[in-house]
Amino acid sequence: MSGATSDPRGGSIAGAQRAIAPRSGRPWTFYVLATLFALYVLALYGPMICIYILSFQDVRGGLVFPMKGHSLHWFVDLFTQVRTGDVKGSFDRSIKLAILVTILTVVISFLAGLGFRRRFAGDGVVFYMMIGSLVAPGLVLGLGTGLLFQALGIATSWYGSALGAQLSWTLPFGVLVMFAVMSRFDDAWEEAARDLGASRWQAIWLVIIPVLAPGLVAVALFGFTLSYDEFARSLQTAGSLNTLPLEIWSMTLNVTSPSLYALGTVTTIVSFIIIGASLGTIVMIQKRRGGHSPSSERSA
Amino acid sequence: MKIERGDIELAGVCKSFDGAANVVDGVNLRIADGAYCCFLGPSGCGKTTILRMIAGHEDPTAGEILIGGQNVVGLAPAARRTAMMFQSYALFPHLSVRENVAFALRVRGMSKAERLRAADAMLEKVRLTQFADRLPAQLSGGQQQRVALARAAITEPRVLLLDEPLSALDEQLRVQMRQELRRMQRELGITFIHVTHTQLEAIALADLVVVMEQGRIKQAGPAREVYAEPYDRYVAEFLGGQNVLSGRVEKVNGASFVLAPPAQGRIEVPLCARPSLSVGDRVDIAVRRDDVELIRPGRELPPGHASALPSRVLAIEYQGYFVKVMLDTVPDDHFVAYVPERVFFADPFNVGDMVLATWVADRARPLA
Repeated sequence: MSGATSDPRGGSIAGAQRAIAPRSGRPWTFYVLATLFALYVLALYGPMICIYILSFQDVRGGLVFPMKGHSLHWFVDLFTQVRTGDVKGSFDRSIKLAILVTILTVVISFLAGLGFRRRFAGDGVVFYMMIGSLVAPGLVLGLGTGLLFQALGIATSWYGSALGAQLSWTLPFGVLVMFAVMSRFDDAWEEAARDLGASRWQAIWLVIIPVLAPGLVAVALFGFTLSYDEFARSLQTAGSLNTLPLEIWSMTLNVTSPSLYALGTVTTIVSFIIIGASLGTIVMIQKRRGGHSPSSERSA
Repeated sequence: MKIERGDIELAGVCKSFDGAANVVDGVNLRIADGAYCCFLGPSGCGKTTILRMIAGHEDPTAGEILIGGQNVVGLAPAARRTAMMFQSYALFPHLSVRENVAFALRVRGMSKAERLRAADAMLEKVRLTQFADRLPAQLSGGQQQRVALARAAITEPRVLLLDEPLSALDEQLRVQMRQELRRMQRELGITFIHVTHTQLEAIALADLVVVMEQGRIKQAGPAREVYAEPYDRYVAEFLGGQNVLSGRVEKVNGASFVLAPPAQGRIEVPLCARPSLSVGDRVDIAVRRDDVELIRPGRELPPGHASALPSRVLAIEYQGYFVKVMLDTVPDDHFVAYVPERVFFADPFNVGDMVLATWVADRARPLA
């Protein structure tokens, strides 16, 4: 930019830019669209922000505005009172389930990504069956999973039937993300590793996984968040012990204090920590590689 | 068993990907130990497939591949003691230059200190020491190529396979890296097999040029032989620098024959390469563009010139040390004379001038 201004023709360039820019600021459409966007953001985040704010009331607090004082009373209440339900237990289960789902999603999506690099007999069928489970209504799918387990005589549980029902949702997502990630993977990298004497495992471990690491973190993030807040598929499959979203739902039916809101705030914070950690990891990996994507490096 | 020599023999090698069409179709070839061999041909002619089969990244459908006298079909690349330089270099984007070069030693289980020392020594050879800690994305195309070369060379291969190694570089760098490749080949003293579609690259580098068409070898020989004595029209046109004329043998005069039909003028060609030609046979002949001389009509042919073709000058291009003159000698085909600059400007022609294209009798050759 500084080069342009020191250019003797700089004046005429600036003049041309002035001529292109509208004389009287922004057109009226800008204000219409900006208002629309502001309303959209408000509708998107407003309800959540209401919950967060109301969770910080003091002991007199109720379920609606106006705020009655401010304190952390309801957060303490959340973890100490038995009448609010088994929050700690369900949180524990949800985290464990989410970690289990994440691991399975990453491993299976990664293998599917490797497998789908080449055509194989029935690859189309496998792909569309996967997409099918993505578009199937979650509540119905959960109901079906519960029924199937019952018919097979297996007790429904959060680590069994609910895990299966959630995977039917996270796996297609994970595999689709993996396809996008794999499209930027140059098979010559693997071939070069083999050419240099690496075994199949060494090629995967030393080349494919490190190169794909940011993508794998993204898949993990998908798996975790989709599982952590899954309700529809868990409802009929979690068995006698609730996951966190189910617990929150049952609390809305019988808890009439702001500890419900405090729970919302806590779970949101957990989500943000996980998302932040994942994105941070991706950024760190990219930075260590000089901030270049594989595509820009090949054109360099 | 270690393969010690880098001589290669391809015997009846075929490759088909779909079971129907042969991408490589019965290739027989012998490449001497320590030779620089270029496979030359248009894209899709099977040259890269041959390279990949020698490297062990594809298996031939039929035939044998021998390196150092040992059949290597089915062996892993590392066991063949070949190393490949990929077209896009395929440098590992997550590893530094030093770690890229040390990769082959790492998978062999060499200790970190030892392999990094070996990598540094190799980087010094390709003059990249100052870039050792960079990532591949932070290097220029020429530097990336040198890293790829170093990474392949550290395995101490007997054969280095290069897949279009210069195609990603710009023109100037290409000439420079070409010399570097040749220098490395001499220093390492190993067999290089280089795949390219650029004839200039092939004849500048290779001891053995292999011209391919549709999975078959059309001609294999030293660069000068392939350029100056092309086997047929395909080779002549692919290598360039030749005018190819088709016709029928009109008359055989002892050791030469007369070609029909130039409407006017006359073409007489020595029989040398095709002694069995007889009257009526269809034949292609080639004459090098730089052997064609242009004289003004009406002048007498210089001694030793048996052919003369009256032509009109279609276009003139100044090329520096020579002038490219395009003629309408053959309808619907190019006929070009490369006239040395000094000769041309002693008596310059203009577009539209009539000239006689002629050459010393034994400079024309019949093609197969």
